[in-house]
Amino acid sequence: MAAKQLKCRECGTEYALEALYVCSKCFGPLEVGYDHSGLEDVASVRRRIQGGPQNIWRYHDFLPLEGPQPRTRTGLPAGCTPLIRADRLAERLGLGEVWVKNDAANPTHSFKDRVVSVAATRARELGFDTLACASTGNLANSVAAHGAALGMESYVLIPADLEEQKVLATGVYGTNLVKVHGNYDDVNRLCTELSGDRDNWAFVNINMRPYYAEGSKTVAYEIAEQLGWELPDRCVVPIASGSLYTKIAKGFQEFIDVGLIDGDVPTMNGAQATGCSPVATAFADGKDFCRPVKPSTIAKSLAIGNPADGPYALDLARATGGSIDMVGDDEIRAGIRLLAETTGIFTETAGGVTTAVLRKLAESGEIGRDERVVVVITGEGLKTLDAVRDSFTAHLVDPTIESFEASFAESARV
Amino acid sequence: MSITVKLPTQLRDAAGGAASVQAEGATVGDALESVFRSHEELRDRLYMDGDLRRFVNVYLGGEDIRFLDGLQTAVPDGGELTILPAVAGG
Repeated sequence: MAAKQLKCRECGTEYALEALYVCSKCFGPLEVGYDHSGLEDVASVRRRIQGGPQNIWRYHDFLPLEGPQPRTRTGLPAGCTPLIRADRLAERLGLGEVWVKNDAANPTHSFKDRVVSVAATRARELGFDTLACASTGNLANSVAAHGAALGMESYVLIPADLEEQKVLATGVYGTNLVKVHGNYDDVNRLCTELSGDRDNWAFVNINMRPYYAEGSKTVAYEIAEQLGWELPDRCVVPIASGSLYTKIAKGFQEFIDVGLIDGDVPTMNGAQATGCSPVATAFADGKDFCRPVKPSTIAKSLAIGNPADGPYALDLARATGGSIDMVGDDEIRAGIRLLAETTGIFTETAGGVTTAVLRKLAESGEIGRDERVVVVITGEGLKTLDAVRDSFTAHLVDPTIESFEASFAESARV
Repeated sequence: MSITVKLPTQLRDAAGGAASVQAEGATVGDALESVFRSHEELRDRLYMDGDLRRFVNVYLGGEDIRFLDGLQTAVPDGGELTILPAVAGG
């Protein structure tokens, strides 16, 4: 395998590729380090990817697994989601070229299937028999489903006030569903404590975190491949913990480093909801760390008040000439409608945040007309139906032509 | 005044394997100082330049001390501090 060790992002201490996630010397996060020296023959690497399965395992050379490429007709293969050219959205915003990476088209309808696929597969390699997680909803869906697909016991801990759709779409898989009185950060603290004493449990976003996070790189690999092995100029990505945002950049960088694509990492724009904006606030204040907040936003899948990768997200935004912006709940609702009306893609609140930040950047003149922009839509609108309730009216008519025609303007009449 | 400080698995080797240690002090900072007096190695693991490292979270009775008064937060007799690494991604 190309993965060689776990390495502390803060102090550089190296560890074996085990179920570790934090440096015991300085508490810094551990990240997977690779040796890609076996990938000099770029043409053959590209062929291997293109000849691979239609899911994330086609990028097996870049993922932290020991075994051979996982069998792809079992489990819940994630990835290879559509990249759609959104000309009507671009036109509405006065932009030149906008693409939508629609990660709602994953098995449990969010990008979380990418990270859970990698974490669950690595967990099995390391001998764990139980999957677990702290979740704002999308991860809950994915862990419960992967547990069912792989035949592993699962425990899913969520804030008690989560959207009903996300609760139902978790419990249906037969997981041990635990509603915790508190917000996500409370749930996460509890899970961090639980993980210390349960040796056979793989908490995908805690003790499996270094492997889990690597799954997010596949979003970048797919974007590059789908653009014909080219880079976009700019990406707009939602930020909760900051992991997806930073790993997308890492994915592009790896493809650049091995020679699969030419150019630089795109300008990276992060998107947060005003009601939970610790990273956007730190960016605006010129700080390199985030002050935790108590979330209050309809974008519950982004409601992490204490974002672990916040400092790295801030570094990335500044290094690529990007920014991290925030939008309020009304802008988020309008963002959901804008994307739906111009692309036919119905996203959850997180996608509303991302689309609203795209609009904000477009309106402020931040994005040039010559730029190729990719918007990363991370989840499905059916999971947060309340966000669009009462945002339109239906015509109620009697089953007669007169009644039908009476309720419409001239144009709909014969 | 006696305070219980719960340690994460990553720190227990620096405290003789204990999952928690007893501390004394009126504030979070004082309580941690009293722990460092008997377990000096913990200081470098938790502190940098006289303050908590950025990936160290300390909770008093479940509340992040950054929502309180940080290291100056007053700790009641019998209070419980929990030290955990920062990790999230939901």
